[in-house]
Amino acid sequence: MSGLLGKKIGMTSIYDENGKNIPCTVIEAGPCVVTQVRTKEKDGYDAIQLAFEDRKEKHTNKAMKGHFAKAKTSPKRYVAEFSRFEEKKQHGDILDVNVFIEGEYIDVVGTSKGKGFQGVVKRYNFKGVNDATHGQHNRMRAPGSIGASSYPSRVFKGMRMAGRMGGNRVKLINLQVMKIIPEKNLLVVKGAVPGPNNSLVIIERWS
Amino acid sequence: MSKNELLQLVEDSVQMKEFPKFKAGDTITVTYKIKEGEKERQQKYQGVVLQRVGSGPTETFTVRKISGNVGVERIFPIASPFIEEIVVNKVGVVRRARIFYFRNLRGKKARIKEKRM
Repeated sequence: MSGLLGKKIGMTSIYDENGKNIPCTVIEAGPCVVTQVRTKEKDGYDAIQLAFEDRKEKHTNKAMKGHFAKAKTSPKRYVAEFSRFEEKKQHGDILDVNVFIEGEYIDVVGTSKGKGFQGVVKRYNFKGVNDATHGQHNRMRAPGSIGASSYPSRVFKGMRMAGRMGGNRVKLINLQVMKIIPEKNLLVVKGAVPGPNNSLVIIERWS
Repeated sequence: MSKNELLQLVEDSVQMKEFPKFKAGDTITVTYKIKEGEKERQQKYQGVVLQRVGSGPTETFTVRKISGNVGVERIFPIASPFIEEIVVNKVGVVRRARIFYFRNLRGKKARIKEKRM
C-alpha cells in the first residue's frame, strides 16, 4: 500500500454541505523523506522506506545518522515501508499530503491509549452480574465461571480475563478524507483515530 | 490548555455566524430552519439557557423550556448552519455558569431575577 506517516493533532467537528455536523480528526501527514528504495532484484520486493519527524542529532546513533545522510536529510524519528505509489520514487524524494485525494477512503494505524489493568467488563465487554440483589454482593463486575469441573477440569488457553488493556496497534479501515490543507500538511479524516494526541499514525492508502 | 495551532486552523475554516452575547440564566429565542421532506421552514424556540459548553465551532448551548407542563431541553451547536438567529429576551442574574438546579424548580420558584438594563 502507499501512504504516509503522520501525527495525530486532535479532534474537532466540521459541517458538510447539508449542514450535518461531522466529527473529525486532524492529522499532520508528512512531509516524509524517501530514505531507502527496495527493489525486486536486490531485496526480493519493491518498496520505499519513508521517514518522518525530525529528531535531534545527539539522540541519533551513528548508524542511523549515516542512513539519513545518504538520503541527504536530517535525522528522523520514525521510519516505515510503503509500496505501490503511482509514480516511481527516488532516494531522497520528499512526499507530502498531496498523495491523498479529498473524499477517498484510507486506513489509519495507531497505538491505542493505554488503559492499565482492567477488568473483563471494560476489557471484553462482559456484562457482569446484571443484578445487585438475588444473593449477589460485591461481584457486580465479576467474569463468572471460567471453566467446568470434571470436564475439562482446566482453564482453556486464551480465556478472556482481566489484564492490561490498550497500548495495542489498532487499524481503523475506511476513514473518509474530508479535507486536505496542503500548506500545513493537514489531513482531516472523518471519525476517530487510535491513540493520544501527538502520537504517530500510519496512514495507508490502498486504492 | 491552549489549542493546537493546526487544530485551530481547521476550526477557523468553519463558518460561524455572529450572535449576541448570552450566558446561562438568559432567556433567548432561537430561530432555526427545519427540513420537512423538500420544504424548509423556520421555527422558534424560546427558553432559558442552562449552560454553554466547549469552545470554537464545537461549542454547544442548552436551552430549557416548559412545554405543556413538560420540561423540554434542546442542545444547539453554536456553529450549526441551521440556526438563523438568536435573540436575547431577558438577561438573568445567576451565580453559576451552569444552572442545573433550575431543572428541579417548578412554578413560582422557577423564576430568574432579571438584570435591569
